[in-house]
Amino acid sequence: MDKLPKWADVALIPLINLILALIVSGLVVALIGQDPFEALAIMVNGAVGSTYGWGYTLFYATNFIFTGLAVAIAFHARLFNIGGEGQAQLGSLGVALVCLMVPWPHWLIALPVAILGGGLFGAAWAAIPAYLQATRGSHIVITTIMFNFIASALLVYLLVSALKAPGMAPESARFVEGSHLPTAREVLGAIGIDFARTPMNVSFIVALLACWGLWLLLWRTRLGYEIRAFGHSDKAAVYAGINPVRITMITMLISGALAGLMAINAVMGEQERLLQDNVLGAGFVGIAVALMGRSHPVGVFIAAVLFGALYQGGAELEFETSIPREMIVVIQALVILFTGALDGMVRSPLEKAFLRFRRQPDKPGVPAE
Amino acid sequence: MTAPAIELKGISKSFGPVQANKDIAIRVMPGTIHGIIGENGAGKSTLMSILYGFYKADKGEIFIRGERTEIPDSQAAIRAGIGMVFQHFKLVQNFTVLENIVLGAEDGALLKGSLSKARTLLKQLSEEYELHVDPDAKIEDLGVGMQQRVEILKALYRRADILILDEPTGVLTPAEADHLFRILEGLKREGKTIILITHKLREIMETTDTVSVMRRGEMTATVKTAETTPQELAELMVGREVLLRVDKQAATPGETVLNVENLQVVDGSGVERLRGISLNVKRGEILGICGVAGNGQSELLEVLGGMRPGKGRVTVNGQELDLTGAESDARTRRRRGIAHVPEDRQEEGLIMDFFAWENVAFGYHDDARYQRGVMMNNDAIREDAEAKIAKFDVRPANCWLKAKNFSGGNQQKIVIARELERNPDLLLVGQPTRGVDIGAIEFIHEQIVALRDAGKAVLLVSVELDEILSLSDRIAVIFDGRIMGERLPSETDERELGLLMAGITDTDKDHSVDEIEENLAHATGKAG
Repeated sequence: MDKLPKWADVALIPLINLILALIVSGLVVALIGQDPFEALAIMVNGAVGSTYGWGYTLFYATNFIFTGLAVAIAFHARLFNIGGEGQAQLGSLGVALVCLMVPWPHWLIALPVAILGGGLFGAAWAAIPAYLQATRGSHIVITTIMFNFIASALLVYLLVSALKAPGMAPESARFVEGSHLPTAREVLGAIGIDFARTPMNVSFIVALLACWGLWLLLWRTRLGYEIRAFGHSDKAAVYAGINPVRITMITMLISGALAGLMAINAVMGEQERLLQDNVLGAGFVGIAVALMGRSHPVGVFIAAVLFGALYQGGAELEFETSIPREMIVVIQALVILFTGALDGMVRSPLEKAFLRFRRQPDKPGVPAE
Repeated sequence: MTAPAIELKGISKSFGPVQANKDIAIRVMPGTIHGIIGENGAGKSTLMSILYGFYKADKGEIFIRGERTEIPDSQAAIRAGIGMVFQHFKLVQNFTVLENIVLGAEDGALLKGSLSKARTLLKQLSEEYELHVDPDAKIEDLGVGMQQRVEILKALYRRADILILDEPTGVLTPAEADHLFRILEGLKREGKTIILITHKLREIMETTDTVSVMRRGEMTATVKTAETTPQELAELMVGREVLLRVDKQAATPGETVLNVENLQVVDGSGVERLRGISLNVKRGEILGICGVAGNGQSELLEVLGGMRPGKGRVTVNGQELDLTGAESDARTRRRRGIAHVPEDRQEEGLIMDFFAWENVAFGYHDDARYQRGVMMNNDAIREDAEAKIAKFDVRPANCWLKAKNFSGGNQQKIVIARELERNPDLLLVGQPTRGVDIGAIEFIHEQIVALRDAGKAVLLVSVELDEILSLSDRIAVIFDGRIMGERLPSETDERELGLLMAGITDTDKDHSVDEIEENLAHATGKAG
């Protein structure tokens, strides 16, 4: 018997975690002499109170969906890929090369190639740690995080040398006109809906497709079956004739590719040039998103939207109050801490509560088997 | 009349909706050996865990020597004079015997005093009860029988006068088990009270004074051992009449299916696990491999099942198997008509978090009939799963239940159904009934015999001598990575097999228990 009903596992626990995080955040805000309820109102209103808010929220969410899915698929194979940050940076390099090299006539042609470029570069960056893990046993947590630094340094190097545009800033030239992805304002404007000017763009649809695709992969294909089996027990996988090296490699390649896809939203969709730091911690937020979303694509989507709202609301809070930027980072960190890392704190008391609730004193017990 | 050493009244304990113990009452008189027998999952271990303070009972009272006692943790149990010897020893491998005995019961921060005190006591105990152990030996150098003695000494050092032993003979050879029972007799004579938990009827009949039978969380009977029979106890355990022997016709072996020549396996840390094994299994025959756990039988199954590389020559139906290369994986073995029921169904045979239907495809998930284009045909798998669940009477018959939510016996039935329904030429089967209740044991044995009767070859590995003797058509004894000899079940007995399992081939001679144990310690020290 599972200890918790499914709805409690997927909905109640994250909700309690979120509320706890908000309470602690409220205390922190109160401690620095601000009104926590007002702060909350500003955040909620800023995130979802207007099309402007929604646009930014979903723009951030798109980033988090890609990095969240990247962590989620690795989790299914019991691999902890915390290199989403570096893989996304390499992805941005791939996307930028695609968008700089060819004079694209139309975004519909540029986008698939950019997806390929971002995915390939991200996957390649994950391939080395994956290979070391699968054949040499070098722990993937260590190697992927070290690769984040290498990726960052590599990007800086390229932006001050080969890819540098004329001028002072370490950034690439602007992408060609034909690689411009339609924004939500442009798309919705075409059908007569007024939407504020935000960086939200068609990459959001790609992210939704990625969620659906990952769900299909994990629960409807042989590869997904093997990934999940390997993640549950590697001994059993060997018994079933599943090659652990192959599964580790493939899973990490997909994971890296998903992280790399983030660049089509952030780099191709918004910045339209390659900047030095274009990931801005989204790789790490992906870990929290995957944890909160229980590594399920639907959960990842919901968690990503929540974190997107948190980012956008936090930015509004900084803009409208005297709450310093650092405090907003603290609030975001608290949410990550409670929803991601402190899951067990809520889980075990809740399980006990459910056990007590279920035990009907006069109901005859099911015999122990 | 003296007060009982232990009296439990109305003990109930449930885990969620599962009632593990239901209104249990039991009285154990001092200076007796009291057996508790029941199928796996009957609630024996839960009851003892309550007595030892690992679980808290939902209801009920515990009386120790007539006094009502609360046992909130194991420290309290030790203070009340209760000692427990677990099925899986809790010893520090690289500590000496003496250090292990003192561990957790030191007198102060400095060890010297406790150690010399323990040494004196140990000497005294070993003289009194035949509990000979070298106090300065490291645990990792001792055989399992010796390690168990250290566990008993640990309890006695903590002044236990009530000793609980949980399935103590599971890892012992018959000779070691006999020695253990002599030790228990000695302890009983000194007035200690012993509770013996087991599912082996023979041990109950030979050693206990009284026996309580548990079934499905309830205490169904407590009887004097002298006034009962194994048949009666078995019925009380299962709730119906059971066959204690497998009903089978004589084998009619055909041509050789599996032929193994000079098979060698070296494990990851460079230890030789198989040192040149040769054997064969014919159509319509069950070859039983018996041996003390850790002597290479697991590696034999794994290398044949494609789970680890080996060296040597293995043919199936005359075709040689690839033992190291790209074709040495389990997938290729299945295509060659080899099915494998692994020794450890929870770690290997099943994915505990997968649904029953997903597990029915496990290992065969790339079968053409489970595919629909690039996708898996989950409908086809579920249909197949439902048929297998019905045919093998898996309970509950719900393919949407996760493997972990089935009992041990029903989990095993899922594995057996999956592997046997492939109609393999060769079945590798390890510990088919470990942790399986009697009702399911009967069923599983019948299925294995039916496969044999259908003209298939079966290689059976089991640490249960009874199982080997009743199922096999031929028996090979493995010791320290070598086959010590082959016997026919009709021409051998447990004593002879036991000696072979201890590596002694001149089985006609009389051997002292110490000699056997020395041999075994050598073997298990190397293998384990």
